[in-house]
Amino acid sequence: MISHFSLPRLSLRFIPIWRRNFMVWKKMAGSSILGHLADPVIYMLGLGYGLGGMLPEIGGMPYITFLAAGTVCYSTMNSASFEVLYSGFTRMHEQRTWEAILNTPITLDDIVFSEIVWAASKSLLSGLAVLAVIWLLGLSHSPLTLWLIPLSLLVGLCFASLGLIMTAIAPGYDFFMYYFTLIITPMVLLCGVFFPVDRLPPLLQTVSSILPLTHAIDLARPLLNDVIPANFLWHIAALLGYALAGFYVSLVLLRKRLSQ
Amino acid sequence: MDNVNTVLSARGLRKYYGGQAVVDGLDISIRRGECFGLLGPNGAGKTTTLRLLLGLITPDAGELRLLDHAVPEQSRAARLRVGVVPQMDNLDPDFSVAENLLVYGRYFGMSDAAIEARLPELLEFANLAQKRDAKIPTLSGGMKRRLTLARALVNDPEVIFLDEPTIGLDPQARHLIWQRLRELTARGKTLLLTTHFMDEAERLCHRLAVMDNGRIISEGSPRELIGRNIEPQVVEVFGEGAAEWARSHAAHHAQRFEISGETVFCYVGDAQPLLLELQRQPELRYLHRPANLEDVFLKLTGREMRE
Repeated sequence: MISHFSLPRLSLRFIPIWRRNFMVWKKMAGSSILGHLADPVIYMLGLGYGLGGMLPEIGGMPYITFLAAGTVCYSTMNSASFEVLYSGFTRMHEQRTWEAILNTPITLDDIVFSEIVWAASKSLLSGLAVLAVIWLLGLSHSPLTLWLIPLSLLVGLCFASLGLIMTAIAPGYDFFMYYFTLIITPMVLLCGVFFPVDRLPPLLQTVSSILPLTHAIDLARPLLNDVIPANFLWHIAALLGYALAGFYVSLVLLRKRLSQ
Repeated sequence: MDNVNTVLSARGLRKYYGGQAVVDGLDISIRRGECFGLLGPNGAGKTTTLRLLLGLITPDAGELRLLDHAVPEQSRAARLRVGVVPQMDNLDPDFSVAENLLVYGRYFGMSDAAIEARLPELLEFANLAQKRDAKIPTLSGGMKRRLTLARALVNDPEVIFLDEPTIGLDPQARHLIWQRLRELTARGKTLLLTTHFMDEAERLCHRLAVMDNGRIISEGSPRELIGRNIEPQVVEVFGEGAAEWARSHAAHHAQRFEISGETVFCYVGDAQPLLLELQRQPELRYLHRPANLEDVFLKLTGREMRE
């Protein structure tokens, strides 16, 4: 008896699905790059220079550098979230792409894994774009910034897995507004993207300390400042934990949804 | 497996949704090279049966083997040698005709070179050689169906599952699909199709199973089903007075009759006495024809609407 709760069974058959998504993405790369990559960079520059001109240094770095660390995490989070929610729902529900794939030797476990890896790939691309701007503008000269590349992938895996839980229970696209308004936007404000967490009341600081985006930013910000992050193993473990838990929960929910 | 020529066998297959049996003790055995039709009204459990047979959902009871693999446990291995034409169109709208075939072939682990080598034959089979680079939204309904059929053949499967393969198509498009399906059986492929078009079942299928409420209620060749279940001749009587006439007279001349709206269906072994009677009733019009699969279907599953 195959249970909805059994552990994921993975295979390399997720690769052709990744290639399918990449083939679709290549056809719309122009608008995708503009929307998901240029947009956060424009915000970062606008706020960084505009607001940064009025602010003293924060945590030993100019405001724009402070903001750049937040932007790497924020934009990688957004890329993965949008991908698994809107595009993932399109593939699952609107276009019935999953249904077509399930008639081949590929299983739902492979599909769910491919969704997460694909969304993380888009996060990686977002991370690289912001990083390129950081280097071009000379916001950081530290070789430690190279660690932002695997970090983008990890943040992508984490938020792809969490977002897929929403996709699994969504009746339609409108449902995703709840996730962005009630979870993503408050998280952006609580996790230190725009201002340091220690400006928050103590209760909110406690809430902030368990949120995945805080762990991501606690890794990214020191790296930009040429410092090895404190407790980096703990932050990595937390992000991995969110990713694995999200993967398992979304897989169970999707197994249920697709066996109806 | 009962013998080497059985490609699919199911015994006592059951699936419940919310305490309700959607598939309720199904036994099916399909031989290599035959076209097997699963007939039934909407909600009879046809699509659920197909999903069980492919290992996409887990049965609550029963034993199932497809191409010598236990399903659902080894359904991945079984699906490597199966092609599926789903009821709802799920082609990739962002891709061209050829790209759809390429991407789908990769799901079976085929190399790009192996898929490319099969492309001309598949496009030819689907009458889409001229549309190789066309985008999916520009194709007609018939073209999309043919491409879906070609896509199901990309891995050169031994068994092909077709769920309502001609639904929503115009007569020209349906005839072309039927021709292609006959070509496939001529090549030795095994076909399992669901349909509620009786002419489709009668034309294509070597054997049929009529399904209702999750059970098979009759099984055999189209001729056997007609011979076993129904009188050989049908006289349909129409007109305003038809129902009234039937209530007083039909029983004298027909073994069995049914009144459906303003039409009376009379089922008879010998139609002559009834035709003579009808010639004496100038206000009634009638049609005399041999019994067909639709008569069997309606007798077995009833005339009331299924929604």
